[in-house]
Amino acid sequence: MSGKWEVVIGLEIHTQLATKSKIFSGASTAYGADPNTQACLVDLGYPGVLPVLNAEVVRMAAKFGLAVKAKIAPRSIFARKNYFYPDLPKGYQISQYELPIVEGGELFIRDDDGNEKRIGITRAHLEEDAGKSVHEGFGKSTGIDLNRAGTPLLEIVSEPDMRSAKEAVAYMRKIHSIVRYLEISDGNMQEGSFRCDANVSVRRRGQEELGTRAELKNLNSFRFVEKAINFEIERQVELIEDGGEVVQETRLYDSDKDETRSMRSKEEANDYRYFPDPDLLPVEIDKSFIEAVRQTLPELPDAKQERFISQYGLKPADAEILTMNRALADFFEQVAGAADTQAQVAANWVIGDLSALLNKESVEIQQSRIEADALAGLLNRIADNTISGKIAKEVFEAMWLGEGSADEIIEAKGLRQITDTSAIEGIVDAVIAANPGQAAEYRAGKYKLHGFFVGQVMKETGGKANPGRVNQIIKDKLG
Amino acid sequence: MHQRTLGALATGLAGGEFSSRELTEALLGRIERHGDTLNAFVTVTADAAIAQADRADKARASGDAGPLNGLPIVHKDLFCTKGVRTTCGSNILGNFVSPYDASVVERLANAGAVMLGKTNMDEFAMGSSNETSFYGPVTNPWNAKLSPGGSSGGSAAAVAARLVPAATGTDTGGSIRQPAALTGTVGLKPTYGRVSRYGMVAFASSLDQAGVITRSAEDAAMLLGVMAGLDPRDSTSVDHRVPDYVAGLSKPVKGLKIGIVRQHFDEGLDAQCAERVKASLSALEDAGASLVEVDLPNIGLSVPTYYVVAPAECSSNLSRFDGVRFGHRTDDPEDLLDLYCRTRGEGFGAEVKRRIMTGTYVLSAGYYDAYYLKAQKVRQLISRDFKNVFESVDVIAGPTAPTTAFAIGEKTDDPITMYLNDIYTIGANLAGLPGISVPCGFADGLPVGLQLVGPHFAEETILSCAHQYQQLTDWHAKGPEDFA
Repeated sequence: MSGKWEVVIGLEIHTQLATKSKIFSGASTAYGADPNTQACLVDLGYPGVLPVLNAEVVRMAAKFGLAVKAKIAPRSIFARKNYFYPDLPKGYQISQYELPIVEGGELFIRDDDGNEKRIGITRAHLEEDAGKSVHEGFGKSTGIDLNRAGTPLLEIVSEPDMRSAKEAVAYMRKIHSIVRYLEISDGNMQEGSFRCDANVSVRRRGQEELGTRAELKNLNSFRFVEKAINFEIERQVELIEDGGEVVQETRLYDSDKDETRSMRSKEEANDYRYFPDPDLLPVEIDKSFIEAVRQTLPELPDAKQERFISQYGLKPADAEILTMNRALADFFEQVAGAADTQAQVAANWVIGDLSALLNKESVEIQQSRIEADALAGLLNRIADNTISGKIAKEVFEAMWLGEGSADEIIEAKGLRQITDTSAIEGIVDAVIAANPGQAAEYRAGKYKLHGFFVGQVMKETGGKANPGRVNQIIKDKLG
Repeated sequence: MHQRTLGALATGLAGGEFSSRELTEALLGRIERHGDTLNAFVTVTADAAIAQADRADKARASGDAGPLNGLPIVHKDLFCTKGVRTTCGSNILGNFVSPYDASVVERLANAGAVMLGKTNMDEFAMGSSNETSFYGPVTNPWNAKLSPGGSSGGSAAAVAARLVPAATGTDTGGSIRQPAALTGTVGLKPTYGRVSRYGMVAFASSLDQAGVITRSAEDAAMLLGVMAGLDPRDSTSVDHRVPDYVAGLSKPVKGLKIGIVRQHFDEGLDAQCAERVKASLSALEDAGASLVEVDLPNIGLSVPTYYVVAPAECSSNLSRFDGVRFGHRTDDPEDLLDLYCRTRGEGFGAEVKRRIMTGTYVLSAGYYDAYYLKAQKVRQLISRDFKNVFESVDVIAGPTAPTTAFAIGEKTDDPITMYLNDIYTIGANLAGLPGISVPCGFADGLPVGLQLVGPHFAEETILSCAHQYQQLTDWHAKGPEDFA
């Protein structure tokens, strides 16, 4: 974005809460069941049925509120949002409107220049999800699957504090990290458990008032959020620079075409006729409840990051990566605790080789085929010079393939490092004898041939010779 | 047998005078004979009733009789009944067979009551004359040209005509008490939250309350004891002790402070009705109660307040009738909008449409504050007025309805006049208070009702007062001659 324009972004993130049953009924929330097998009469909106609030969602919302230093409302109200749609069984969605359960929080991200930046959280409110309309496979009709109807959602609304798509993604990642730390959501974006709408506008730098915003709907991956926002910024700037005007509207991001397109304008927007739901009592929360919830708060990403820096001496960037994901942080701590090596070495392995493999195989750290203790065992063999760092990578891959522990693999493959000086000397002598020309050149001052000799020795030993000793002996013999 | 009250029938069953099957068959016979004249039933469940009666007789023989064992009852057709059509008096639910029982239905069945059928009603309980039913108007057993009132008109007519000793009803603005008054029966609307609303098809959720229509206060007490109590399926039901209402009936009226609301005897109240109500108050005074004049300064705003709050909630509650999952669906819709418009256009009657439109309007952006929010504030003022009055009196007594039964068709073209029929009853709904209407005499041969309203959860007080009044008088024992 050229310096002329400033971008203003606010996000509304919908997080599915990880309860066993729905927000207002006893039906299961498990994903992937056959259509309409997890919808009871309450979810189906049958005549005469009534909603009963699942107490667990209140606890989860309060937990989130405390984690972002927000105010937990002593009294919040469920309201009806009225509109007609076939996958909205009652003709209204139960949500919170005027008095949400969480108000006024904050979190910190890094801006595009790497500086810490505060992002305000306006509110977070509880609501029920709608069902799903299935347009394929029913000819001219539409199928309705109400399994998702009544699934609890926490909608987290930010202040319009973000100034680039990157910042928006950083904020979204931070929220994602927090809800997973709190174990109030699985954050699974493929299954729609974590999705977001982005309000995007642009204004000339220095201009006080906000530009007209467009709302981008249903962005369900970090990559799409970034791409959709960037497309939208460009669209709006071009529009204004060409003398046009941005209209307030809802736009849908098409990831196949990488573009946003208009869904409905402000004039077509529904009048939702919100009013307090007379079927539900106000949610009243007292101080002792809040204190009890506070006791259950885990160490959060920011605190953990600082601790990793001070306790383990990690590089700040590495501490940040490790603490984004609670399971990854826990894994690192286990490795660091069990290995007789510098914690930074453990961090390098977890962030580097291990994460690369996890990404390649598309699995989470919880499904890692190398457990933390096993990885520590490998690091210990590097630390005590049993193997070199290079050989360690080979052992690591064998471990991933299930060939055994580091020790077992080192034994079975004979990868133990040669540290015996006389053995290495013999090999160096043989290599020098076999390459008299290069030896002469080296002695004449062409020291960069040192690498050549090291390579030859490693070749002879299958990489097992201790690199430090090889270096020293070559220098001694040729020097 | 059919002239007996529920209490008397219970005694007969317990003493082996007759069986539940005999009683059930006798009443089913009466329903068959008079059903068409009154049009009080949407569905008669004869076979299921006989099977239920046989089970009750067996239970009694094995010493396993519940408190209402073998006693016949009918349900207003907006209580969901498993396997039985539940129409709410509407075409849109003409084919709706509920897959579950309402809490009220379940509790009464578990106590041993035998359901004979489902009674006719104003469509979705919206009406005061039973004329808005898709299944035709119910006639008043005292005069077939007259309305029995509404919306629980079928229940009231069936009880008044001695087709059944007791019926359930629902009361959102007077729908139990007004038809009880117009048919010479007893109608009890409990405190909001006293009886579960689960399975009761919602009209206006913050006002709806289930209750009963019977011939005596004692019968109402018997039934309430079974129906009342916390239901975890209804968040607005209240965890409040359920006393032995029947035992409480013996409490004398001596020393009872009865508030007479000045505004209740203003113009608008028929002179003969006023006279009958005043005579009944004198009777209570003679029995030792003291009468105190009280003020409900904002009660005059209750009808307009109600006609904002109730339609607002109804417009939302009735959105689920969209032709997608149950009930009527239009033929060959062109698209989604056409499906909605024609399904609802065909399914709902004029009065329901009027209220959905009114409710949608008052909740709309730009009108919400002026109507809905303002109405909620007035509602609080009205509640506060009642609270103030109950600091000095135990019950409030006055007329239930401004007139006796009116002719079918008389007010259909004038909704405002129709709405004013509930002028004395709506206050109790807005404030969530218990109320009862008991027969207190006749004007030109038509029944007049006395209404008693108590503080929250004071059902014991209003029931004992009504019962004591019925010990002093025999108005409630008089039935329409055509149905003797």
